[in-house]
Amino acid sequence: MGLLSKKDLKLITDPLADNNPITIQVLGICSALAITAELKASIVMSVAVLFVMGLGNVVISLMRNIIPSKIRIIVQLIVVATLVIIVDLVLKAFAYELSKTLSVFVGLIITNCIIMGRFEAFALANGPWKSFLDGIGNALGYAVILVIVGFFRELLGSGTLLGIKVLGDPIEKTGVYAYGYENNGFMLLAPMALITVGIIIWVQRSRNEALIEDN
Amino acid sequence: MGLKEKLHNIKGKVEGTNWQTMFGAVHTLFYSPNETTHSGGHLRGADDLKRTMMNVVLPLIPLFIFGMFNVGFQHNAAINGFPEGMGFFSPEFWNLDNLSIGAIKLLPLLVVSYVVGLGIEIFFATINKHEVEEGYFVTGMLVPLIIPIDTPLWMLTVAIIFGVVIGKEIFGGTGMNILNPALTIRAFLFFAYPTWMSGDKVWVAGAKERANEIMAGAELDAISGETILGALAQGQDFAYSVSDMFLGFIPGSVGETSTLLILLGGLYLIYTKVASWRIIVSSVIGALVMGLIFNGVVNAGWINEGSKFYILMSTEFWHHLLIGGLAFGIVFMATDPVTASQTNKGKWIYGFLIGFISVMIRVFNPAYPEGVMLAILLMNVFSPTIDHYVVQGNVKRRLKRLKAKTA
Repeated sequence: MGLLSKKDLKLITDPLADNNPITIQVLGICSALAITAELKASIVMSVAVLFVMGLGNVVISLMRNIIPSKIRIIVQLIVVATLVIIVDLVLKAFAYELSKTLSVFVGLIITNCIIMGRFEAFALANGPWKSFLDGIGNALGYAVILVIVGFFRELLGSGTLLGIKVLGDPIEKTGVYAYGYENNGFMLLAPMALITVGIIIWVQRSRNEALIEDN
Repeated sequence: MGLKEKLHNIKGKVEGTNWQTMFGAVHTLFYSPNETTHSGGHLRGADDLKRTMMNVVLPLIPLFIFGMFNVGFQHNAAINGFPEGMGFFSPEFWNLDNLSIGAIKLLPLLVVSYVVGLGIEIFFATINKHEVEEGYFVTGMLVPLIIPIDTPLWMLTVAIIFGVVIGKEIFGGTGMNILNPALTIRAFLFFAYPTWMSGDKVWVAGAKERANEIMAGAELDAISGETILGALAQGQDFAYSVSDMFLGFIPGSVGETSTLLILLGGLYLIYTKVASWRIIVSSVIGALVMGLIFNGVVNAGWINEGSKFYILMSTEFWHHLLIGGLAFGIVFMATDPVTASQTNKGKWIYGFLIGFISVMIRVFNPAYPEGVMLAILLMNVFSPTIDHYVVQGNVKRRLKRLKAKTA
């Protein structure tokens, strides 16, 4: 047995697909819609959430026996807020332009339902190592969707990936633009992010029928 | 063996295979199926879905033909100048030159619309193993009529795929959709490729092409044509007379220019009871009321000529029905029985708000010169809510009556 037992591994792999926080639990949608117009922003946001969630879960898990249950939400908020402020300051110091793109949404990680949800549902009841894995797993599940959505939105909306003009130059009319292709401005608007997430949900559920709810 | 027997023969062979759906669609287009209902007593109405749909397509055909002539006419008028004193039967309009320009431009749009749309319908019907529904017949005819003539075919293809899949199929296909599919297609085009859907270069055939040639150094005169609403939104005046607007000799989306033909189409739809007269009448009332309110604001002097809303607000209230796609939207889109309200009272509210909101968007948001598309889509979303409250209101009233009787 290595570092990860089968059960531990499941903590990471489950949120990636069959229990994905965005497509199955439909949490953390606001930030998924707001900042995915560029792939770079999605990636940075994912890393930020990964950091906050991994560390936050561990901290809460360590404190789980001394937090009075009546004020646990406040304690959780303080932990998240501290971590988010660290992320925010780091971004401002080393990637100022990007932190401007992400604007208020880094701060809003505090209210990201996924994070509070994992604190409540997992870290308060499990040991630090498991909580860490759970945090990483859920953050990665969040990241996967963000990167997929960001990939399609940037590619189809701006014709670029990570700022590189992969489809040619729309003004000079090179690449596919020479054949009359045009960027789809709708992809840059939030509604298309919602529809993209919807299509991912559609594809996922039609591949795995166990996920379809009865009604 | 006649064609009829042959088809019935093939039917037996394809049964149970993947071809069944597609064959059924073609088969029922020619002959009624040789199947009888299996159980129970049935009343059979003559107006099945196919006939209903054809009743909507029929009044669209004159608009389509008029649209073809108008495309050519606008192109020539932009180059040679607008002829004075046009009557409905003017030879400047109804000539072969105009028709040929229009046909070359418009027919590909129609073909793409039907091929792509029906392709998706058949694809989904095959996967879901049900019959192909006839709903797309109307959508496919509407789509080329509500877009600018120069829309590139690949954009139309993308938009139709989006509109039919996201607007209709994921809700369960014909009869289950919340949004009008034709308008979903147009809305997608509008937000995805705004430079092809507004401005002064898209409404006249060839204007954009020519602008590019001039940029490349060709010695040509630029041609352009702004829609009346577009011009008004930018605070410019326009040169078209009221009769031009009514008869339809104005630039705009292909099928929406002729208020006269739309009016006739509307009467036909009301006569055949395909469209609800309540929705049409209440939408017109809604638009007129909003127009009157704006005119009243101007007359009362609450707004002066410096305001950017002044020109659109001071437009005569009934002109709103003649310009832009409002009349077309009211008659052919708002009345879509699937997406409209179902209750009679609900239809009045639904229609009134469509007219009201359309004119409001026109005046207050110059970025969206034509508000009818957004107004109808918005009310499509709200129509189940309206119905819910109308039905609840009826239930409450009856309960009260019952109580009064028994007490």
